[in-house]
Amino acid sequence: MTARPPVPPVSGRPRAVRLGDWSLRVAPRALLVWVLLVLTAFAVAVLAISTGEFTVPVPDVLAALFGDGPPVAELIVNKLRAPRVLTGLLVGAAFGLSGAIFQSLTRNPLGSPDFIGFSAGASTGGILVVVSGGSAAQIAAGSMTGCVVTALLVYLAAFRRGVQGYRLVLVGIGANALLIATNNYLLTRANINDAATAGAWLTGSLGGRDWSYVLPLTVALAVLLPACAYVSRPLRMIEMGDDSARAMGIRVEAVRAVAIVAGVLLCGVATAAAGPVAFVALAAPQLARRLTRSPGVTMASSALVGAVLLTAADLAAQRVIAPAQLPVGVLTAAIGGTYLALLLRKDRH
Amino acid sequence: MARSELAVPSATRLSGAGLTLAYDQRVVAEHLDVAIPDSSFTVIIGPNACGKSTLLRALARMLRPRKGAVHLDGGLITSLPSKEVARRLGLLPQSSIVPDGITVADLVGRGRYPHQRLMRQWSRADETAVAEAMRATDVAVLADRIVDELSGGQRQRVWLAMALAQETSILLLDEPTTFLDIAHQIEVLDLCAELHETGRTMVAVLHDLNQACRYATHLIVMREGRIVAQGDPSGIVTPELVRQVFDLRCEIIPDPQTGTPLIVPESRRRVRVAS
Repeated sequence: MTARPPVPPVSGRPRAVRLGDWSLRVAPRALLVWVLLVLTAFAVAVLAISTGEFTVPVPDVLAALFGDGPPVAELIVNKLRAPRVLTGLLVGAAFGLSGAIFQSLTRNPLGSPDFIGFSAGASTGGILVVVSGGSAAQIAAGSMTGCVVTALLVYLAAFRRGVQGYRLVLVGIGANALLIATNNYLLTRANINDAATAGAWLTGSLGGRDWSYVLPLTVALAVLLPACAYVSRPLRMIEMGDDSARAMGIRVEAVRAVAIVAGVLLCGVATAAAGPVAFVALAAPQLARRLTRSPGVTMASSALVGAVLLTAADLAAQRVIAPAQLPVGVLTAAIGGTYLALLLRKDRH
Repeated sequence: MARSELAVPSATRLSGAGLTLAYDQRVVAEHLDVAIPDSSFTVIIGPNACGKSTLLRALARMLRPRKGAVHLDGGLITSLPSKEVARRLGLLPQSSIVPDGITVADLVGRGRYPHQRLMRQWSRADETAVAEAMRATDVAVLADRIVDELSGGQRQRVWLAMALAQETSILLLDEPTTFLDIAHQIEVLDLCAELHETGRTMVAVLHDLNQACRYATHLIVMREGRIVAQGDPSGIVTPELVRQVFDLRCEIIPDPQTGTPLIVPESRRRVRVAS
């Protein structure tokens, strides 16, 4: 611990485990990080379910989760707290993946969906429903629609012989500014109660999320995760340039189309479930890259970091000024931002 | 090679017939017939904007011809499975983006993509091919270095190693010497010549006519989207051709090192030459 070790290579040589004709590439450090992230997510989840206004001892939490705890514990755990934590995990993973996809496509951290207008568009959709007095489900549908329509418009506006990353970022940032202005205008025109509801929704919150949120999210991720797995390796090749990827036999346009659709839908469902939570889509892929020291953007790590980041932030949001609660979006920016700043400091070598 | 200048397309592994190449509405080249002789080191040359890179991109299926077709091993290159083509024909594009923080070994390993599948991500064959590619390009000692930190010449060798790891028998290079100083240009071209000698068909777009004459076994000379001449450099490079293609008056002498044509541009300031 006295002398600092030399900076290790970021990626290192490819390694694999082999069985006959089969081989799987493994990165030991990434594997270790994944295990630690899963353990952290589990620990945060148990802690979030166990603590609160009414403390449920950890053994009772586990018993209730597996279906034979004391009745009170069952009620609190399964009806109130577990769905909230699950929603957090799923939304965090979805934001992380969506961020990873768009940062990879644009080769730019600022290509995150929260910077190129998709989140703002989802917000516009959500606010429009809030001010016209829609239900929670309608708000979710509104924000999903807003996200998809914005993505479509940004894509069409940025399209010129395929979509170049920087054009997508520039057009997206323009759309973002326009939509934020629209959102502010809508809020000033709304009556005070609607404006307050919309304002709270805009920060992003996991408060009161029950199983009716978990189920659609689970279905959406069950469909979208395989799509992400499918484009993950080709996307990393496309980061080297379209021609390089094409020369390797990748059908660049097809991969990109699948990736864009998956990324937009992930951002859409996440925003529909929790509101436009700030910063997770931006920070998760960047944090993941630095933790695993792998080159470029990685999907699995980004999803895991997103899930941990959001649930940890939500836990903090419920406890920091308890019994009052903060919306989780306030803390994702605080926690993720601080951590990213620390990692970036370490980066300077 | 003593046949007509325009070889029969189907006679060689890689050829294009009746190509009209265009970006959007802008037609870059028309009516191109080209056959890359097997096992040749073919160099495409011509003034700026003559369509030489565009032709190379069409041969590498990066650009779909507006008219005509490119054939690889008798099949239409655009209808062959993309990964299958990538196992036979490699391309080093004019510029590629180095992923942040990637090591040399990892980047060269990416050249194995067309040989990999979901359940065959890193086979022993991959390992051998990467080691061999790094040895051939002399980057094995850099294996654990981060690509961003290398010099331009080293980096170009690493990209070449990645293309080599792909283990294709045809390798296309789009201006592989641009942005390199003269020593590194020669280094890269010597390497290409070695790769050619080990049996690969090489096709490169170059800027320097003298280098092209030195290294090419087959030269394709273009101007304003048309092929003006093709064949063995010693047979086709004449002062008339250089004037016609580059608007340059010159003398041609044998290269003292290789005996290939050496272009000596005529000075416009003859006045200062003594006697």
